[in-house]
Amino acid sequence: MRLIPHFPANVTFQVRPKTILLPDRDRHRRRSGSALVGYKPTALHKSTKQRDGMTNYLVSLIVVTATYALFSLGLNLQWGLTGLINFGHVASMTLGAYTTVLLSAQAVPLPVAVFCGALLAALLGVLIGFFTLRLREDYLSIVTIGVSEVIRLVALNEEWLTRGAFGVQNFPLPLAQFRPTLFSRLVMIGILTLIAIWAIGRVVQWLRQRFQKLNGAIDGTLIGVALLGLGGLWVYWIAATSLYRFSDNPARSGLMLISVVLTAIAFWMLERLAHSPWGRILKAIREDEEVAKALGKDVFWYKQQSLMLGNAIAAVAGSLLAWQLTSVYPSTFEPLTTFYAWIIVVLGGAGNNAGTILGAVILWAYFEVTRFLPNLVQALHSAVPLIPPTIDPAREGAVRLMFIGLLLMLLMMLRPQGILGKKEELTLDR
Amino acid sequence: MSESTQTQAEPADFSAARSENRSLLAASGLVKRFGGLVAVDRATIEVAQGSITGLIGPNGAGKTTLFNLLSNFLRPDAGEVLFDGHPIHRLAPHQVAHQGLVRTFQVARVLSRLSVLENMLLATQRQTGEQFWNVWLRAGQIAREERAERDRAMEILHSVGLAEKAHDYAGGLSGGQRKLLEIGRALMTNPKLILLDEPAAGVNPTLINQICDRILQWNQAGMTFLIIEHNMDVVMSLCDRVWVLAEGRNLAVGKPQEIQTNPQVLEAYLGK
Repeated sequence: MRLIPHFPANVTFQVRPKTILLPDRDRHRRRSGSALVGYKPTALHKSTKQRDGMTNYLVSLIVVTATYALFSLGLNLQWGLTGLINFGHVASMTLGAYTTVLLSAQAVPLPVAVFCGALLAALLGVLIGFFTLRLREDYLSIVTIGVSEVIRLVALNEEWLTRGAFGVQNFPLPLAQFRPTLFSRLVMIGILTLIAIWAIGRVVQWLRQRFQKLNGAIDGTLIGVALLGLGGLWVYWIAATSLYRFSDNPARSGLMLISVVLTAIAFWMLERLAHSPWGRILKAIREDEEVAKALGKDVFWYKQQSLMLGNAIAAVAGSLLAWQLTSVYPSTFEPLTTFYAWIIVVLGGAGNNAGTILGAVILWAYFEVTRFLPNLVQALHSAVPLIPPTIDPAREGAVRLMFIGLLLMLLMMLRPQGILGKKEELTLDR
Repeated sequence: MSESTQTQAEPADFSAARSENRSLLAASGLVKRFGGLVAVDRATIEVAQGSITGLIGPNGAGKTTLFNLLSNFLRPDAGEVLFDGHPIHRLAPHQVAHQGLVRTFQVARVLSRLSVLENMLLATQRQTGEQFWNVWLRAGQIAREERAERDRAMEILHSVGLAEKAHDYAGGLSGGQRKLLEIGRALMTNPKLILLDEPAAGVNPTLINQICDRILQWNQAGMTFLIIEHNMDVVMSLCDRVWVLAEGRNLAVGKPQEIQTNPQVLEAYLGK
């Protein structure tokens, strides 16, 4: 047991410059020293190896994007739909990740472990809601950010349970032992194909509506979404290939399918809820809870439900994150993770589930593209010798985050409603 | 405010002022203090079934506070409210609405980023689709209800003249249209009594006439109203009975003509 409590201030000076500025996947990579998570080169031809490397890389990217999309969908329910300002969304992710890995390490079946994590996060929602939902909404944001830090510090200090800063490593991964026959591989590809068809269908439908609304004109958003749809097809092809060659890396391919399926289910569920009378009440609460109250809606209870469901979704995302990192450290769950979700929701357009997924895709595409920042710096150096030839990792992380800030500022100036948000909604007064 | 002398005096007894009809809403001895200020001081009010009852008084008389007490947006410090024979002053605001007592706001409040139609649909009480599990288990019934409610909402929107705005954002409506939407939304709940807080405030004269016509029409169809209003023409033309509130207390009650000539009322409005 740690005698001196581990204050965040300690962490700040020791670790922050190197790790905190980067998303977890990067951190993990640095730690494992390999460019690709768990990727072990096999004795194949070089071209095959490269192709496999690309596939593995993209599959990992699908998993992390889906995880963050799922995580942000929970926040979008709470903030975008209900107007609850949750600055501690990562708390649910922490609970989900730790509950899943600790229970499954005790031979509890994985679905049960995930369910327990979701349940625990929902209970956390009840607890927070009970004490804060009666207060003004700002208090909720203060309490949630506090709670998320408390939970992280508990994970850091209760070493008997979580092994503290050493983290939890050896826990079962879903489908890692699964050796599918050709038939079951085809079934998995079929599931993926159905989701892809559904997604592409929605993109096409959106494009058509947008095209009609613009009276046959074409604008940047239209082209962007269309290109994204095409990119999606390519990603689908990679994902399907990886499922076909499932045995190459069962844990990764399996996790990819699971994360995509879970995100699709959550998206479908939330869309259906948002367009139901239940969702209408949440939107009414977001707009003006006094009106909802006057019209006989139990505002407190609906806010509570929104918190519970959003938290449960975030907890499931936490399980995915744990499986993907194959290790869980308290440092993974710093408040920054919450704000990634906020960036994603704001990018896509608050209250818009499709926008949230788009936001996750854009954020992770950004992270992957800016990975080549050192190369860029080098190229710039050869052109303008004034620029230093290398950039150290700490600065690189800082610069990458700095540009996200810039990106958000530009977005707020040029498109304050988010990418898929509705501009006319901004001009309405209360 | 000469509180020192007046707070000592017992307010006049208005329990004798019962109307001949059965009372739908009967509140007595309502008190609400905000710190040292007694906003509502032993106020009594009665609304007869099927009536249009007015509530008037100078600014700061406590009319809106009384409304908040009746609809339980504020908890009374003392007193009781009987609605349809049942005490409601211990219920939560949404439960009061369930009982059939629905209020509007002095400054019309609409749900801006919802369409006018969605504003209306929200109001329906006890919808199947409001329960989380029913969204999954009883989709068919929800769809049927939504269709029926949509028709009913459009009917009401037609009658308040907002039908062609049904699919616009409610936040884009003008002040007067918002008032109409609020009244329409209150009707959507199928209430027994509607509390209207200044339905004619900030509305142009043509629209005021339209609102008055609607209120009379709905009243003839059996709806009961309690109306706060400063526009005396509206009060005189609509109300069967008028309660006057001054400095949180009952000052007078009677037919509009009686109130108009009541010296106490004139004094409260104009000063000695």
